[in-house]
Amino acid sequence: MYAMPQPVRRSSTAQTMSTSEKTRIVGTAVPRKEGVDKLLGRARYLDDIEREGMWYGATVRSSIPRGLIRSIGFDRRIDWTEFTVVTVADIPGRNHIQLINADQPVLADGMVNHCEEAIVLLAHPDKHKLREAVDAVNVEYEPLMPVLTIEESERQETIVWGADNILKSFLLEKGDVDAAWAQAAHIVEGEYRTGAQEHLYIENNGVIAEWSEGNGITVWGSLQCPYYVHKSLLAVLDLPEDKVRAIQTETGGAFGGKEDYPSTLASHAALLAMKSGHVVKMTYDRMEDLAATTKRHPSRVRHRTALDGDGKLLAMDIEVATDGGAYTTLSSTVLSRATLHSPGPYVCPNVRVSSKAWATNTVPYGAFRGFGAPQAIFAIERHMDEIAAAIGMDPVEVRRRNFLHDGDTTATEQVMREPVILDKLLDRALTESDYYERQKRFAQENQTRAVKRGLGIAAFYHGAGFTGSGERYLNSLAGIDVTPEGRVRVLVANTEFGQGTNTILSQIAAESIGIDYDDVEMAPVDTNVVPNSGPTVASRTSMVVGKLIERAGLQLVGTLRERAGLREEFTREEFFAACERLREEDGAVISLCRYEAPAGIFWDDQKYRGEAYPAFAWSVQVAQVAVDTTTYSAEVEEFWSVQEVGRVLHPVLAGGQIEGGIAQGIGYALYEKVVWKDGRMANNQMTNYIMPTAEDVPPIHVYFEEIPCRFGGFGAKGIGELPHDGPAPAILNGIRDAIGVGFNAIPLLPEDLFAQLVTQESKAEVSAV
Amino acid sequence: MSEHLANSSAGISFIVNGEKRTVAAHGMKRLLDVLREDLHLTGTKEGCGEGECGSCSVRMNGELVNSCLVPVLQAEGATIETVEGLGRAEALHPIQKAFLECGGAQCGICTPGMLMATAQLLAVNPHPTIGEIREGLAGNLCRCTGFKRIFDSVAAVVVEMDATAKTGGAHAG
Amino acid sequence: MRGNAEAHELIAPGSLTGVLELMARAPGEWMPIAGGTEIMVAHAAGRLREKKLVSLWGIGELRFIEVSGESIAIGAGATFRDLRMHDTVQSGASLLAKAATWIGSIANQSRATIGGNLVNGSPAADSSPALLVCDAEVELISMRGKRRIPYSSFHTGYKRNAMTPDELLYAVHVPLRFAQHRQYLRKVGTRRAMAISKVALAGTALLHGGVVSEIRLAAASLAPLPARLYRTEAVLHGRALGPLAIREAQEALMEEAKPIDDIRSTAAYRSRVAANLLGEFLNELLTAEARP
Ligand SMILES: Cc1cc2nc3c(=O)[nH]c(=O)nc-3n(C[C@@H](O)[C@@H](O)[C@H](O)COP(=O)(O)OP(=O)(O)OC[C@H]3O[C@@H](n4cnc5c(N)ncnc54)[C@H](O)[C@@H]3O)c2cc1C
Ligand code: FES
Ligand code: FES
Repeated sequence: MYAMPQPVRRSSTAQTMSTSEKTRIVGTAVPRKEGVDKLLGRARYLDDIEREGMWYGATVRSSIPRGLIRSIGFDRRIDWTEFTVVTVADIPGRNHIQLINADQPVLADGMVNHCEEAIVLLAHPDKHKLREAVDAVNVEYEPLMPVLTIEESERQETIVWGADNILKSFLLEKGDVDAAWAQAAHIVEGEYRTGAQEHLYIENNGVIAEWSEGNGITVWGSLQCPYYVHKSLLAVLDLPEDKVRAIQTETGGAFGGKEDYPSTLASHAALLAMKSGHVVKMTYDRMEDLAATTKRHPSRVRHRTALDGDGKLLAMDIEVATDGGAYTTLSSTVLSRATLHSPGPYVCPNVRVSSKAWATNTVPYGAFRGFGAPQAIFAIERHMDEIAAAIGMDPVEVRRRNFLHDGDTTATEQVMREPVILDKLLDRALTESDYYERQKRFAQENQTRAVKRGLGIAAFYHGAGFTGSGERYLNSLAGIDVTPEGRVRVLVANTEFGQGTNTILSQIAAESIGIDYDDVEMAPVDTNVVPNSGPTVASRTSMVVGKLIERAGLQLVGTLRERAGLREEFTREEFFAACERLREEDGAVISLCRYEAPAGIFWDDQKYRGEAYPAFAWSVQVAQVAVDTTTYSAEVEEFWSVQEVGRVLHPVLAGGQIEGGIAQGIGYALYEKVVWKDGRMANNQMTNYIMPTAEDVPPIHVYFEEIPCRFGGFGAKGIGELPHDGPAPAILNGIRDAIGVGFNAIPLLPEDLFAQLVTQESKAEVSAV
Repeated sequence: MSEHLANSSAGISFIVNGEKRTVAAHGMKRLLDVLREDLHLTGTKEGCGEGECGSCSVRMNGELVNSCLVPVLQAEGATIETVEGLGRAEALHPIQKAFLECGGAQCGICTPGMLMATAQLLAVNPHPTIGEIREGLAGNLCRCTGFKRIFDSVAAVVVEMDATAKTGGAHAG
Repeated sequence: MRGNAEAHELIAPGSLTGVLELMARAPGEWMPIAGGTEIMVAHAAGRLREKKLVSLWGIGELRFIEVSGESIAIGAGATFRDLRMHDTVQSGASLLAKAATWIGSIANQSRATIGGNLVNGSPAADSSPALLVCDAEVELISMRGKRRIPYSSFHTGYKRNAMTPDELLYAVHVPLRFAQHRQYLRKVGTRRAMAISKVALAGTALLHGGVVSEIRLAAASLAPLPARLYRTEAVLHGRALGPLAIREAQEALMEEAKPIDDIRSTAAYRSRVAANLLGEFLNELLTAEARP
């Protein structure tokens, strides 16, 4: 556990705004901090680490979705004395992962609630013997009726969680929706569905755990949130804070998939390490990772919308339902974000959003880039096109007439105090994509061709940072220190998993102090070394943590000026010399800053009203889609994305975030389908879970409009999740434009396209052209 | 059967990154595991173990292979190149340099395989079209980048290598 | 990695005779492994039951492509990369060359052999339809000698074939005369690259004065084994091609196809798309005929 160092004496001069200043490092394409290690193949990911005398761990999992455990048998053909066997009886502390609700057991206790739920843990020095042993543990069940879909859960005939299967619900109300229908010129309804999506980070989950009486438990892992892991280990192992340590190793992709799951895996590895007395490594292979770990929440969103004769929104009645899986994990916060994003970037006087996360007997769903927003935005942005069709208006025009502008209020009655430039983003997207010209050309060509083309659009915001009062509760602490060797280190628990955390925080530190990028490095993400600067989620790193680092840098310089004689203008040498003078006095050179909620930001958790997010990132995307009527397959041919994400801290990394998010969004829309069979993932192999390859991702054009945001580090807002929000609706809108048929569910595979087209034109002739 | 090259742990030899190596490994052990476990060359990654992701790609006798699908006995006598043989910190290979500059690596887990696939592509086809780049890298899944900056990286290598060729500079390709 | 290397034995005799002798001594006991792109996948998943394996990789006698007057002889050990790079395969057996570019990725093509693709006998195998519509023959070899059979009689059921336990697939012979035919091959996979076929259709045809004088059709993933579509062909044989003939042929194909629902696609989709592909091919023929 990070021990809070001597409190730093605060400098009074340091609190200046710097977002408008010219910058030397922020905004430039400095090399990725850990880039060289990655390119040389010497970056050490979890599975690259071997320890002397290390054992390996494996998991015996439930083969049914719901039932009572009658008995656990250990086949005699295995010599069990060679193994360490852990069951729920071996858990010294609480048998619950510590997330929002502590309802998820570390190991099943008499009952299983989803397939692949962990029941028994095994460790052995030989990996291959483990496989055989896993198969030799025979669990007998008394099966219970499972609930496998939102609809089954809603019926509440079988209760599988709490009193009513409802993991969480929200009601958001603005104005008077019920009174609005009478005045409406048009009422448009629609139902929209999204499927589960797998993160498919290329590095599977993995953890190494080491136990000793003196040091307690140490875990190394491929993970996003070391302090989440830390918190669970404290409770599960019943240890004091200074006996639990979590360290992040180089992480090969996460996308939210390593936000909550590592707490479970780390608990497992730790239990085996404690009982066996050996260092234990647990890594999942692809099949296990796909079958047993979290995915994006499936959803169903219903819209009922009233419009006046000019196509202006009068009322939106929205019902959001998500499938949360067997335990709560992060379902409530995912639902919250879905709720807050469901009305889209539009002004509407009367809004009601009623949302529920339902429990089912599937592997718990978890965080995934966008965190509920992609589901909600899919629905509203598809719905806008259906509205346009219903009232006979250009989809672009319907959006334009209803966009939020400065001074408008959102559904939570948050006033848009920062500039909102949706019109500008839209215009840019239309110009860059040559939207109307192309659309005209396609309409012409489509008459004679088997491949029909169309253009689709999506406009959306993504709230940056934790929802509502989240950041207040987090109360993050982050900072900078200077080592006696003359290295400036960024002290954060925020993790690098490809998005560029190391690079941008180093840029911010270097910029705010006024030293070189090369003088800054990241302190190891180790709960013994870095303070809890909050989880690496919710597009909060550059904005919230970036701001803390910016402040910490300014504070450090202020302290050095006040107490160590640093001049107003200083050289590198003078800076480090001043640091040494401060060190002589204080013993250490360290500057920490704690989160301070911006003034005037108010959120009411009870009424679900107020400033939902300190800032929003905005985007308009356009997809050019081709539908082959011979094969019923849709492909994206070209993609344009215009966004306003505050200040762009690093042009190359920012572009890479947008493009990567779009590629995942394309997968979400057209390729990535989790095939379920009796509550378990049937296609848990890369050959059957289809993500887009280098040949499938189209040319992507990315444009930024920059408006520095006063809350973010050097003016940055969140960027990581935004790009994933728009592709699915933009693509399905493009399909509608191409063939005149609206599809309301993703993933939309050729088989689904085929099935709907065939039902719609059941008398259609077999025809190739 | 004594003349047969067998199974045994008798010793399988091949050249890795220019160095002759002999390992006492079971013939059905995957080349991937031999590289990682026996030779401690952990740059080569495992993403799927079923030939789908390409993060285990290495070059074997001048061809790109997925080392997770090669039983090490079949590598006897072969010449193998892995990411560790590409460049050094002081002298990055032009491909590594381009990926660093163009943003071709994010989380980095696909990167070693991607670099080897790029090396293969450019060895066979020094001036690939964008279509050929896409095809050449289609077996290497990257979940982070959306590939665009990887294509940019490959294009940058081509420019860089052409420039080097013109100025007469040489770099081990 | 769910398999255990130590549970298996792998030997590499290094010569064709060495392998054949081994197989003659204990027929059915040794499983050949060529590029391993099927076997090693099964091994990793812990599904490889065969204990004894004999390596064909690196045996030059199996890795050849030879052009004679009327046909190309392709050694079973030729990789798909060998095939796609070969000039005469490109010109004389272009459907096969095209199929070769579809077999997984570059890394896969440099290991995957045509012999392994055929012997593995997946209904979705990409080389099969291309070979079936060119009247290809396969040559089998054992210590007892060589024999040649039409490829169309090689597959006898789901993952079953006409080889005896002591035999190896030696070569595939592709007649060159089909280069003169109108040809068609289209694969519909789960994505653009690295995709297992959901359905694929191959065709070769000769028309005289608008009348179909020769036509061969074959499909992937429409039946438990790669197979010619004889009944559909029969509808077209000797007919003047026109919208009605095309419609009837498509209906015949939907009748003849016996696809299944599986993890990758649905039976209904497969039949219908195969019929659409056939329509595309036949309309191409019609258009080509109409050109002066
Ligand atoms: C990632 C990936 C993608 C793929 N994509 C495709 C695709 O798109 N289309 C497609 O068709 N296939 C695809 N495949 C499968 C394809 O690689 C194989 O079918 C390949 O052609 C098999 O050849 P091999 O030499 O690797 O066979 P092996 O795995 O070595 O052997 C396969 C079978 O053939 C037998 N065998 C091999 N050679 C002989 C011989 N000469 N005589 C007798 N028996 C023999 C073996 O005993 C075994 O039963 C893919 C595979 C992977 C891993
Ligand atoms: S690990 Fe070999 S291809 Fe994925
Ligand atoms: S950089 Fe993360 S998978 Fe490619």
